[in-house]
Amino acid sequence: MTTTPAPTRAETEAMIAEVLGQYPTKAAKFRTKHIKANDPEGSKECEVKSNIKSRPGVMTIRGCAYAGSKGVVWGPVKDLVTISHGPVGCGQYSWATRRNYAHGHLGVNNFTAMQITTDFQEKDIVFGGDGKLETVLDEIVELFPLAKGVSIQSECPIGLIGDDIEAVAKKSAKKHDMPIIPVRCEGFRGVSQSLGHHIANDAVRDHVLGTGGGTFEQTDYDVALIGDYNIGGDAWASRRILEEMGLRVIAQWSGDGTLNEMKSTHLSKLNLIHCYRSMNYICTTMEERFGTPWTEFNFFGPSKIVFSMRKIAEFFDDEVKAKTEAAIARYQVRFDEITKAFRPRLEGKRVMLAIGGLRPRHTIGAYEDLGMEVVGTGYEFAHKDDYTRTYSMLKEGTLLYDDPNSFELEEFAKHLKPDLMGAGVKEKYVFHKMGIPFRQMHSWDYSGPYHGVDGFAVFARDMDIAINSPAWDLLEAPWSKAGEVV
Amino acid sequence: MTTTPEHASAVPLRVLDHNDIFRDEVYQKQFEGKREFEDAAPKEEVQRVLDWTRGWEYREKNFAREGLTVNPAKACQPLGAVLAALGFEGTMPLVHGSQGCVAYFRSHFARHFKEPVPAASTSMTEDAAVFGGINNLVEAMENITALYKPKHIAVSTTCMAEVIGEDLFAYIGAAREQEVISQDFPVSYAHTPSFVGSHITGYDVMLKGIIEMLSKSPDADASKVEKSDKVRLNVIPGFDTYVGNHREYRRILELMGVDPLILGDHSSSLDSPADGEYFLYPGGTPLTQGALAKFSRASLLLQESTLRRTAEYIQKDWKQDTILLETPIGVKGTDAFLTAVARVAEVEVPAELTLERGRLVDAITDSHAYVHGKRVALAGDPDLVIALTRFVLELGMIPVHVVSTNADATFKARMEKVLSASKFGAEATVWPEKDLWHLRSLVFTEPVDLLIGSMQLKYISREANVPLVRVGFPIFDRHHLHRFPIIGYTGGLHLLTQLVNTILDEMDRNAPDHSFDAVR
Repeated sequence: MTTTPAPTRAETEAMIAEVLGQYPTKAAKFRTKHIKANDPEGSKECEVKSNIKSRPGVMTIRGCAYAGSKGVVWGPVKDLVTISHGPVGCGQYSWATRRNYAHGHLGVNNFTAMQITTDFQEKDIVFGGDGKLETVLDEIVELFPLAKGVSIQSECPIGLIGDDIEAVAKKSAKKHDMPIIPVRCEGFRGVSQSLGHHIANDAVRDHVLGTGGGTFEQTDYDVALIGDYNIGGDAWASRRILEEMGLRVIAQWSGDGTLNEMKSTHLSKLNLIHCYRSMNYICTTMEERFGTPWTEFNFFGPSKIVFSMRKIAEFFDDEVKAKTEAAIARYQVRFDEITKAFRPRLEGKRVMLAIGGLRPRHTIGAYEDLGMEVVGTGYEFAHKDDYTRTYSMLKEGTLLYDDPNSFELEEFAKHLKPDLMGAGVKEKYVFHKMGIPFRQMHSWDYSGPYHGVDGFAVFARDMDIAINSPAWDLLEAPWSKAGEVV
Repeated sequence: MTTTPEHASAVPLRVLDHNDIFRDEVYQKQFEGKREFEDAAPKEEVQRVLDWTRGWEYREKNFAREGLTVNPAKACQPLGAVLAALGFEGTMPLVHGSQGCVAYFRSHFARHFKEPVPAASTSMTEDAAVFGGINNLVEAMENITALYKPKHIAVSTTCMAEVIGEDLFAYIGAAREQEVISQDFPVSYAHTPSFVGSHITGYDVMLKGIIEMLSKSPDADASKVEKSDKVRLNVIPGFDTYVGNHREYRRILELMGVDPLILGDHSSSLDSPADGEYFLYPGGTPLTQGALAKFSRASLLLQESTLRRTAEYIQKDWKQDTILLETPIGVKGTDAFLTAVARVAEVEVPAELTLERGRLVDAITDSHAYVHGKRVALAGDPDLVIALTRFVLELGMIPVHVVSTNADATFKARMEKVLSASKFGAEATVWPEKDLWHLRSLVFTEPVDLLIGSMQLKYISREANVPLVRVGFPIFDRHHLHRFPIIGYTGGLHLLTQLVNTILDEMDRNAPDHSFDAVR
C-alpha cells in the first residue's frame, strides 16, 4: 500500500500560502490567522484564530445562532413544542434533518421531527407578531395537550422589529401553567451556530435548571449525559456503556431528552459532557450553582472509549471501577473483532475533516484505531479552547483550518489528495465529483450510531463502504484516458 | 448480534446499525428504564390522545387554527431565488443578509438533488443590522470575484435585510464605484422577503430580475440573433425541480423543429457528471442567449401561480406573445402544450410525438383497472398540484383532498375548473393555504388509498398506512426521481409507472395467500 508521506510544517505552510495567495488582500489578511500548520506544543505562532466573523461571499460552511439553538440544543427535547418564531423558512430547512432520534408519537408526545412555526406574514412584521405568538401558544396547548412546555426560537426579524416575546411568554406561561421559554437566538447574532448554543444554554439556565426534582429516588451513581444529540441513536449507544459501568443516567441533554430530565439534572452527581462546544456553559453553571462536577469524555473508537470509561470511573467507588473493567474486557473482544475486519481495508488511509462541535478532534482517535490518519482538520464554529484541545492530538505539520469555506476545502483537497473527506451535506457532492470518498460527519450520512461500542462498528463499516466502494473505479471513461487509443 | 465469516469477503463483518441494533433486548430495557426520568404520560393516556387527534373533533379544532402553522408544504422566497440563479450560466447566487439562511438553502437543495449547490452570503451580523450591510455586499462581491470567478452574480435578500430596508440597487452601484466589480459586470437582483409569499414567489422575482438585467445588457442586440430557419421559443418551466423536465422540454421542441431557449435551465448545474473533476458552474442558460430572449417569437410559461411577475414583465416590456399554460403533465396537459407550440411556431406535431402519445395512452389502458377509482390526496406547490390532479383524473382516480400551503388567489378557481371537467372530480375538496397537519386530519377522518406529494408527506403515509407516491419538492429520502421527466408523454409514463406499481406493491403486501397473484 502506498501512502503519501505527511507534509512537514514548512511544506504545509507553503501550501497554505499558495491557497491564500488567490484571495483579495483584505480577506487574505483575515484568513491567514485561521489556517495553520499544526504544532503539537500549541506554540503562539501556530495558534489558530477562531470564533470570528466569516468574510462575506467566501461560501462559509457555517450556519447561524438559530441553527445552534433550535437545531442543536432545544429541538431534540422531545416533549417540548419548539416554535420557529418568524417566517417559514428557518423551521422548514431544519425540519427533521438533524436526525435527533427520540421515542414517542409525533404530534402527540414527541414534537421533534415537526415544523411548528408562526409563519410570519408582512402584517406581522409591520404591526408586530406578539399577538400572533399569543394565539399560537393557545392553539398549541389545545392541539398538543401532552406537550410539557414550549420553547420560542427567535428568527432574525424578531429582534429587529422590537417584539417583546419575553412578556408574551411570561403571560402565557402563567395562563397555561407550563414553562414557555423565550429564546433570543436570532440568526444575525454572533458569528456562527456557537452563540446560539450559548444563548440556548442561558435560556435553560434561566427557565428550566433546578426547577424540578422529586419524581425519582436519588442514588450515588446518578450521572447526566450532556451534549449528546442522539444522532442516529448515539446517546442510546453511549448510555448503554454508562449503565454497564454501574451508573444511572438521570438525564440526556438533549437527544431523546425531556423537560423533566433537564429540570432534574441538578440532582446529578457528575455531569458527563460529550459535545463540549455546545453545552460547556450549562455544565459550568451547574458547577457554580449546585457544585456538580463535570468531566469531558470521548466515546468515539476503542482507545478513547476505554480511556474515558476509566476516567469516569475514577469519580466513583470500587464497585463502579470493577464493573468498568469487566465491561472493558467484554468490549475488547468486540473491538478486536471490528478492527480485525476493517483495519486491513483502511490502514494508511488519509482523512480530511471539516465539521462542527467536537468531532474534528473527537473522531481522530477512532480513525487512528482503524489505522487511518487525519491529515487536515478544522472546525466550523470553534473557540480557542477547542483548538487548545486539538493541537496535541495531531502531528506536527498537519493542516488546521478554522471556518474553512468551499474554496479552501477544494483547494486543500487537491493538494493533500485525501482518501476520505468528512464534512457536511453542502460539501459532500463536490468531493463525489472529484472522486474523493466522502462521509457526512454531521448526520452520519443517515447512518449511525457512531458513539460507543455499537457505534464504532457502524463507524468502521461506513468508512469502509466509502473508501472501498467500486464506484470510484468508474469515474474515467476508457476512451478518455490520456494518450490511450481505444 | 453479528456473524463473522472467516473468508475474505468484500463485506468483512455484518454490522447492525440504527435500523436494527436498538431492537436488541439491552436497548429495549434501557428505553423502558429511561421513562422513570421522563415523567412521561402513561401509555394509556398517550393512546387516548393519539386516537383523539385522529378524529372529527380534533379535525374541527385543527381547522379552527388562526395563528399556528404545523408542517407547512412551503419554504421561503430566497430559496427560490437561489434556484432561479442556478439556472443561468456562470452565475453565483448571492443572498444578502444572515449567513445561516444560505447554509440552509444549500443543504436543502443538496439533500434533494444530491448535487453541490454553490451560493454565497453577505454574512451580515449585529453591526450590519444597525449600520446596514453595504460593506458586506461590497466585500462579498470582491471575494466572490476572486475565489469563484462568476460571469454573473444574482443577488437576493433574507428577511433580515428586508426588515432593515437594505437598498440593493444602491449597494451594487457602490460595488462598481469601489471597483470590486467592473462597471459592466452583470449583476441582477431581487428583493425576496421571506415573510411574503413562498419559495415560488422568490423564484419568480429573481427570474424576472435576471431576464430584465440581461435584456437591457449590451448583448441584447437584435443583430446578434443568429439567422435560423427555426422559430425560437422561450420556455420558462418555473420552480421546477425535475432536471429531467428541462431536458424533456428541449427534446420535445427540437423534435417539433423549434429552437428552444429555456430560461432558468438548471439541468446541468444540478445534474453534473462525476468524472474526477468538479466544476462550479457546469451549465445553465447561456447569458448571451438569455439577453436575446426578448427577440424570440413567444414565451411559454408553464407555472401560472409561480410566474406571475415574470409573465407580466415579458408581456409588458418585451411585448411578446406570452403563453401561460398549466404545467404539461399527462395526456391532455401535454396535448395542450404541443398544440400551443405548434400554433405559435407554425409547425406540425411530428409523428414521433404522436407515437409517444399513443404509447402513453396504451400504457394507461394497460394499467387503468388498478388505478381506477382509487381515492387520492395531493399536496404541493399550486401549479404542480393542479397539473397532477388533471393527470389523476385522466386515469380515473378520485382526488379527495387537495392541499396547497402556498396557493395564490387563482388556485381555487383553476383547481375547480380542472375538477369540474371530469366526473371523477366531484368528491374533491380544495384546501388552499392549509398545511400538512391539516392534511393529517383529513386523511384520518376521510381516508384515501394513495398520497401524492413530497417526502414531507411520509409521516402521514406511515401513520395512516397509506402509500405515498413522491412527486414534487423536496424529496430527500428517495434517489434520482428528479432526474427523470414528469412532463410530456414520457413524463406521464414515468408518473404512471410510479402510481400503478405503488398500488400493486401495496396490493401484494396486503394480499391473502390465495390472492397473491403472479400476474397483475
